[in-house]
Amino acid sequence: MRSDPNGRAPLPLKLAAAAGLLFLHLPILLIFVYAFTTEEKSYQWPPPGLTLQWFAVTWNRPDVWQALQLSVQVASIATAIALVLGTLCAAAISSSKFFGREAISLLVILPIALPGIITGISLRSAFSLMEIPFSTWTIMLGHATFCVVVVYNNAVARFRRTSGSMIEASMDLGAKGLQTFRHVVLPNIGTALVAGGMLAFALSFDEVIVTTFTAGQQQTLPIWMLEELIRPRQRPVTNVVAMVVVLVTLLPILAAYYLTRDGDQIAGSGK
Amino acid sequence: MANMTSAVSFQKVSRHFGSVRAVDGVDLDIRSGEFFAMLGPSGSGKTTCLRLIAGFEQPTAGHIAIFGESADGVPPYRRNVNTVFQDYALFPHLNVLDNVAYGLMVKGVAKAERMSKAEEALKLVQLPGYGGRRPGQLSGGQRQRVALARALVNEPKVLLLDEPLGALDLKLRENMQEELKLLQKALGITFVFVTHDQGEALSMADRVAVFNNGRVAQIGTPEEIYQKPQTRFVADFVGSSNVLPPDFVKRYSGQNRWGSLRPEAIRITRATSGDGVPARVLSLHYMGAATRLALDAQGLRLNATLPAGAALPEQGESVVLTFNRESLHVMEDGA
Amino acid sequence: MTTAEATRSNLPTILPPSGGILGALSDLFWRRPTVLLVVMLLPPVLWLGVVYLGSLLALLIQSFFSIDEFSGLINREFTLKTYGELLRPANLDIIVRTVVMAALVTLSSAVIAFPIAYFAARYARGKWKALFYLGVMMPLWSSYLVKVYAWKLILAKEGILTWLLSKLHLTALLDAWLSLPVIGGNSLSVSFTGTFIVFVYVWMPFMILPIQAALERVPGNLIEASSDLGATPRQTFRNVLFPLALPGIVAGSIFTFSLTLGDYIIPQIIGTSRLFIGQAVYAHQGTAGNIPLAAAFSVVPIVVMCLYLWGAKRMGAFDAL
Repeated sequence: MRSDPNGRAPLPLKLAAAAGLLFLHLPILLIFVYAFTTEEKSYQWPPPGLTLQWFAVTWNRPDVWQALQLSVQVASIATAIALVLGTLCAAAISSSKFFGREAISLLVILPIALPGIITGISLRSAFSLMEIPFSTWTIMLGHATFCVVVVYNNAVARFRRTSGSMIEASMDLGAKGLQTFRHVVLPNIGTALVAGGMLAFALSFDEVIVTTFTAGQQQTLPIWMLEELIRPRQRPVTNVVAMVVVLVTLLPILAAYYLTRDGDQIAGSGK
Repeated sequence: MANMTSAVSFQKVSRHFGSVRAVDGVDLDIRSGEFFAMLGPSGSGKTTCLRLIAGFEQPTAGHIAIFGESADGVPPYRRNVNTVFQDYALFPHLNVLDNVAYGLMVKGVAKAERMSKAEEALKLVQLPGYGGRRPGQLSGGQRQRVALARALVNEPKVLLLDEPLGALDLKLRENMQEELKLLQKALGITFVFVTHDQGEALSMADRVAVFNNGRVAQIGTPEEIYQKPQTRFVADFVGSSNVLPPDFVKRYSGQNRWGSLRPEAIRITRATSGDGVPARVLSLHYMGAATRLALDAQGLRLNATLPAGAALPEQGESVVLTFNRESLHVMEDGA
Repeated sequence: MTTAEATRSNLPTILPPSGGILGALSDLFWRRPTVLLVVMLLPPVLWLGVVYLGSLLALLIQSFFSIDEFSGLINREFTLKTYGELLRPANLDIIVRTVVMAALVTLSSAVIAFPIAYFAARYARGKWKALFYLGVMMPLWSSYLVKVYAWKLILAKEGILTWLLSKLHLTALLDAWLSLPVIGGNSLSVSFTGTFIVFVYVWMPFMILPIQAALERVPGNLIEASSDLGATPRQTFRNVLFPLALPGIVAGSIFTFSLTLGDYIIPQIIGTSRLFIGQAVYAHQGTAGNIPLAAAFSVVPIVVMCLYLWGAKRMGAFDAL
């Protein structure tokens, strides 16, 4: 669909596309308004007044800080594990054709292709069968499992674009395995790995379905929000947290897009 | 160095990929300081042989020695042999100067020294001052020169070139052929050059090995390969010689073997009968410096070339072909 | 290079091994590339194979266990009794409700996503193209819970939608809709209509990129050829564009379908008290403690998805992923 450079989109198509995009964005923008509302008890629209007081209230809530801290901790470690496993897997898959290659790439995608609730309950029943107590570590275990695919997708796309003879050229010029990795492989896949890592972080930071099954008493930020959604305690605080979460997840997405924009697009389509 | 007679020697070297015999029992001796071409169609095993010398592949059987030292089990980074890749394989994240200095960098040469050597190498390939550019900003010909400089700066004992001119257009290609030849003479390094272009191999190399089906069909100087092909394959692949069946050859040489006859060795007389081989002109192809004729000599298809200015027969005309006995080459291929 | 002439003969042809563990490893990996491959594959395969597949297997096994109705303890003997329970009218209801919802969500997502994908693939250029891409990626990656929360705000009785409709004097229309059986309810936030809207909102972005990818592979001259041959735009769409975009739609529908099948949070927050598969799984494994039934319930989406994927593969949808 490359031609038609002077073609003009028909008006109905323009309107439908614009309406579709508005449908996607307006609800998120609404969150920003609600974060400033003076109304405490209901979701009244239009807001009777605007205030900044809830930011201060939220700032002083220890439970929010604890949840945030746990989320960051879980997402960091899950991302680190996913980076190692995803890169190794991508390197192996793209370096040679071997028996079972297809099966392994399917295995990587499976935790995302199947509904999250299945990943969640599978892990939960495995933990209970093996009598592993729920802890921060069980949450990380679950998160790392579905984060691998994000790193893997990014790395595989980059490996595909990287000329295979570059590694040979490096060895030919006298570089040993580790030198080749450091001076040639890493600089070429580095940005893809950073992008994959950011997306993995965002994915883990936001995950709620698997987490409800693999967490004990710990509350990640999404779990905290879920509690507030089911049993609202202080609605304005939830509004503020929601807004902050939108802003915080936006940054890694923009960064990942920026890092992979030439070439392997669709970096995050396999969320 | 005690044994300087051969730069690279193959002893019964084979490289099989599963059931595919990419290289099958090759014996080869490349002399020190020569420009050696490995010629053959794709899949004939020439590139695999180059990769075996570089160390990207390991032989399934047989031994390879480089300047008398065994290369068995020696990885590429421990061989003082460098390669110019077909796609150049320049590092896109490094600028030209860092690309050229890469080999020295990983060997631990101090920065100032490796930069000045890299600059010198760029001068050698006529790209002085290009060090600050990225490979992506260079033309195909320039990238090729950078790849050459990147290999030569390491002062290799053997330089391997894998179809290095394949991606260049005709004019640039002819210039580079000339330049590579001069460079090789000036440096005295052994060059091993892989190509599927017989013209390129014949014009540049001191000696040529013709590959077919993983084996060496013939090794010799360009003249030997061109004038005296040993097999039908070589005769056919190198310069579209006329391959003659044994019964034809027997009439002129008494030997019951296949023979070959160069198109330019055939003389044409416009007559319906006479002393020689009667034939009919099927078609004429004007090629500038010469005209090529397709002939039907009583069921045998022959090609002949006539230099520009010679009297040309017409299409469909009956002619008589003659040639000197000594230009008929009898091949080793039996009946 | 004149110095090179002088030093060349001094350099060895074959360098000695550098020694050290790293040097030895490097040599080993070159000599036996399979060893390197195994070393690279082992950690991810162990992790995913043991942790993930092992867990799936554990789940599958538990679905063949049963629960003792008197003691409430799990009876670890192989039986199909639990699967039999799925066929009870109440449970069958849940399954049918979920699958129908997933199908409707998928269909609507395709309808809304298509114009966006089509515009982005055919008309957007340069800066606009990047903007479109981000415009899809950002909602897709935005926090799932925040998106659900936003709709709770919108659909609430005192929320923006009610306000907007009253300003437009369309409140009667909303009331009429809400009074309908099955899809209606007290307010939008406690009706199937509300559940449906939020499902579409949350999963629709997953439909856009695969369709766009499929459309971008359609050569533009194909459309010109079609109209050149006298086809009306409608005919071109039906006979040329749609068939070519179909693999992309199917690829996208894998996401929308699978994600809707397994979701239990959206219907819990916005919807009626009637359950979806995800909620049933959650309820049975949690408060009820009936892990076998929960396991059997979660096998349903796996089977449905396997059938779906099998069909999608036959349509060549995986090339568009």
